[in-house]
Amino acid sequence: MKPTDIAAPDYFHKVVDCQWACPAHTPVPEYIRLIAQGRYSDAYMINWKSNVFPGILGRTCDRPCEPACRRGRVEENPVAICRLKRVAADFKDDIKQRLPRPSPRNGKRIALVGGGPASLTVARDLAPLGYHCTVFDADPEAGGMMRTQIPKFRLPNSVIDEETGYILNLGVEFKGGHRIDSMTSLLAEKYDAIFVGSGAPRGRELDIPGRKEAAANIHIGIEWLASVSFGHTDKIGKRVIVLGGGNTAMDCCRTARRLGGENVKVVVRSGFEEMKASPWEKEDAIHEDIPILNYMVPVAFKHVAGKLIGVTFEKVKAEYDAKGRRNLVPSGEPDETIACDDVLVAVGQENAFPWIEKDCGIEFDKWHMPKVDPKTFVSTNPKVFFGGDAAFGPKNIIWAVAHGHDAALSIHKMLSGEDISERPLPEVQISSQKMGIHEWSYDNDISNDKRFKVPHRDKVVALKDIRAEVELGYDVKLALGEAERCLNCDVQTVFSTSLCIECDACADICPMDCITFTDNGEESDLRQRLKAPSPHQDQDLYVSSDLKTGRVMVKDEDVCLHCGLCAERCPTGAWDMQKYFIEMTYAGSSCPTKSRSAA
Amino acid sequence: MTYIAKPKFHHPGLKKNELGYTHRDYEGKISTLCAGCGHDSITASIIEACYELSIEPHRVAKISGIGCSSKTPDYFLGNSHGFNSVHGRMPSVLTGANLANRDLIYLGVSGDGDSASIGFGQFAHSIRRGVNMTYIVENNGVYGLTKGQFSATADRGSKSKKGVTNTDNAIDLVAIALQLGATFVARSFSGDKAQLVPLIAAAIRHKGASFIDVISPCIAFNNHAGSTKSFDYVREHNDAVNRLDVLVGRDPIAVDYAPGTVQLVEQHDGSKIALRKIDADYDPHDRLGAQTFLQKHAAKGQIVTGLLYVDPDAEDLHEHLNTVETPLNTLEADTLCPGSAVLDKINASLR
Repeated sequence: MKPTDIAAPDYFHKVVDCQWACPAHTPVPEYIRLIAQGRYSDAYMINWKSNVFPGILGRTCDRPCEPACRRGRVEENPVAICRLKRVAADFKDDIKQRLPRPSPRNGKRIALVGGGPASLTVARDLAPLGYHCTVFDADPEAGGMMRTQIPKFRLPNSVIDEETGYILNLGVEFKGGHRIDSMTSLLAEKYDAIFVGSGAPRGRELDIPGRKEAAANIHIGIEWLASVSFGHTDKIGKRVIVLGGGNTAMDCCRTARRLGGENVKVVVRSGFEEMKASPWEKEDAIHEDIPILNYMVPVAFKHVAGKLIGVTFEKVKAEYDAKGRRNLVPSGEPDETIACDDVLVAVGQENAFPWIEKDCGIEFDKWHMPKVDPKTFVSTNPKVFFGGDAAFGPKNIIWAVAHGHDAALSIHKMLSGEDISERPLPEVQISSQKMGIHEWSYDNDISNDKRFKVPHRDKVVALKDIRAEVELGYDVKLALGEAERCLNCDVQTVFSTSLCIECDACADICPMDCITFTDNGEESDLRQRLKAPSPHQDQDLYVSSDLKTGRVMVKDEDVCLHCGLCAERCPTGAWDMQKYFIEMTYAGSSCPTKSRSAA
Repeated sequence: MTYIAKPKFHHPGLKKNELGYTHRDYEGKISTLCAGCGHDSITASIIEACYELSIEPHRVAKISGIGCSSKTPDYFLGNSHGFNSVHGRMPSVLTGANLANRDLIYLGVSGDGDSASIGFGQFAHSIRRGVNMTYIVENNGVYGLTKGQFSATADRGSKSKKGVTNTDNAIDLVAIALQLGATFVARSFSGDKAQLVPLIAAAIRHKGASFIDVISPCIAFNNHAGSTKSFDYVREHNDAVNRLDVLVGRDPIAVDYAPGTVQLVEQHDGSKIALRKIDADYDPHDRLGAQTFLQKHAAKGQIVTGLLYVDPDAEDLHEHLNTVETPLNTLEADTLCPGSAVLDKINASLR
């Protein structure tokens, strides 16, 4: 293998698994260390800059970081990154003084369609640069799906108000209750750029027999949740069936339990394990006495005299073909009818752009999705950008934020007369953490604690009040314990070939057997000759250039604890622990575009 | 020095030996020696050898004297018996322990100061008597704990860190061990685990006095130009006569050497040593030849390493003394002290 180029910003970025996995690339270990130090406001601001909605995401994020967390490969559970983010939001001081100030207007006007996370992120990035941003939303208040679809017992309005407020107070104009129903007329208003962040607003239908006849008691999940959110709906029948296995289904069933549903069941087509809902959301539903029945496909709504009486299901089983693809085939068991008073259909969301006319220069693909560049988020109309669910279909808040940052950068570059396809590299800072012979400026002692549980409100109390937040969040002590579990993966092991005397001290001390001194070879061959097995091929090998004996140092990054013992036991300082701080480049930051030496 | 404890987490894919232990289970406390000390590599090699042999830690007695090397038993086999004895007295304490309980595996760990100076006599007699043990000297040629004065194994003409030349002749412990009748004699280098680990494993399986001299560079005081015990010097002058694999247990190890170059040595307990010859003329069963070979190469400034001599049919002290097979601590009081009538009988037989 060739010596690893640690100057390439991506190399060490990948080692910070959580940050690499996060669509917005939030510097996770950095803010977790700040939480451990009690510097909640600082931790909040790092988050705010990167993911815009720390308090909201700290309660609702889909957490792509956690399955990626290195701790999950070392012991049972990853660090509770998401809930630590909430800690930063919960315990911070007043941070208003730290927010950007509205700048003098630069005379450019941006229209943002939809007041959800994608549009607000664009506004957050562009308003401080002097752009006049106008956000349009059909709902009276900002937040989009965060406000309408996520139940209040998971995300209180106060948190949404606070974090959308930080953005709107940057001099962003918000036009609530103002639905945009024609792109042509919006274009006619001569905005300098238009950003479409209108989400995936349509709940998918379930067109099976009885749907029309029993319509009064069959509700589309996201519409029903929005109706509950606005207070238009405040009760439901005692027996409720929720169809679907995603997070919306989990929100529906838990909301139903709070509106009078005593016997609420979730029924999914797939197996329990393959459900789209996050594992923790399934856990929370089950905890609220909601059974999840799997391998049952709804075939008909049963009704008598226009009144829904139940749903009939066909029982299926999973079969895998030669290519490993799963097919659901009838299991041969008789159909089962489950009696119910109401059904909530949460089988997916769809995009809908009835308001974009065919002749306004925005092309759509065969799935009726706008043609959007995945890097710049520009549509086929160079002044119109898309982001969030509106761009590539339903994902989640953190993706919408990431899209928003990138789209804002494109808009800023376009309006500055630059080429939007040239994307700036992230900003990288590296600094040694060595303070003394055996002292490091980070806490390198590895905590053996298991993941701490987030305290929940008593179930009886929680089920009585639809606005009572179920999760109470970590207190300071629990937060410290959980923060200590972080392995500081951004404090990198940096190797200097010229200093190494091949004494083996690092290989001997490494608790995870990450380091091997051996003859060089092809990657597949090298992976066979490491001190410990190398099961995760996606985790890089850090390979040195040739050492004095002709061998090379190979470090499997996979399960490195970043404990720094290799550097402590190294007599010549060939190993050093250096903190890599990687920050994405946002609109308006000085954007160096050439690759720089990192080490 | 390292102040944090070595993290308990280990690689999730670590292999386990026949007892279900990983090599991490054979560790002791974290080393307090200087960073990069060769002794720590020897510690790691002992851990590896014991892991590979699936030794039950409670069946090992590790005994040492005084010095950097003698601190190391604290850093391996944390669940074994240990005795940190007086300076240079490890061999005597080990001999006594061995006589009292022959069922344990005895690991004597010493240094060049402990064995070639203050304990030279002790070393000599334990070898001479054929005590069943593995005697490891962690040999760095300096007194590290007292800031790097030459030890008795420092080569004549080698230079100290401050540039002073050593004018005394060196004691070659391997030569002495051969001369005193050790039945397993080897030399290795802390920077070459591929050679050292199987040597330790073979020595542990050997019945009789096994002696391994391990050159172990002292990073703080003896790893400079002019030293003959530095990483660079030993790597340049290392003349390995053979490499070996230890074959134990049910699984035969596939030996991938060219036929004809491998010599199998069966030890007393049935375990085999597969010796891959590097020097075709070297015969590890010829004590006199080994001594000559060693002297010739030493004169040329070469450091001969490998398994230098082995007598697979060796006897040990217990056989010489015809002692009881049962460890003394499991004998009943009436067996240990059969009473005055028996004593009278013995006395009568001697009149």
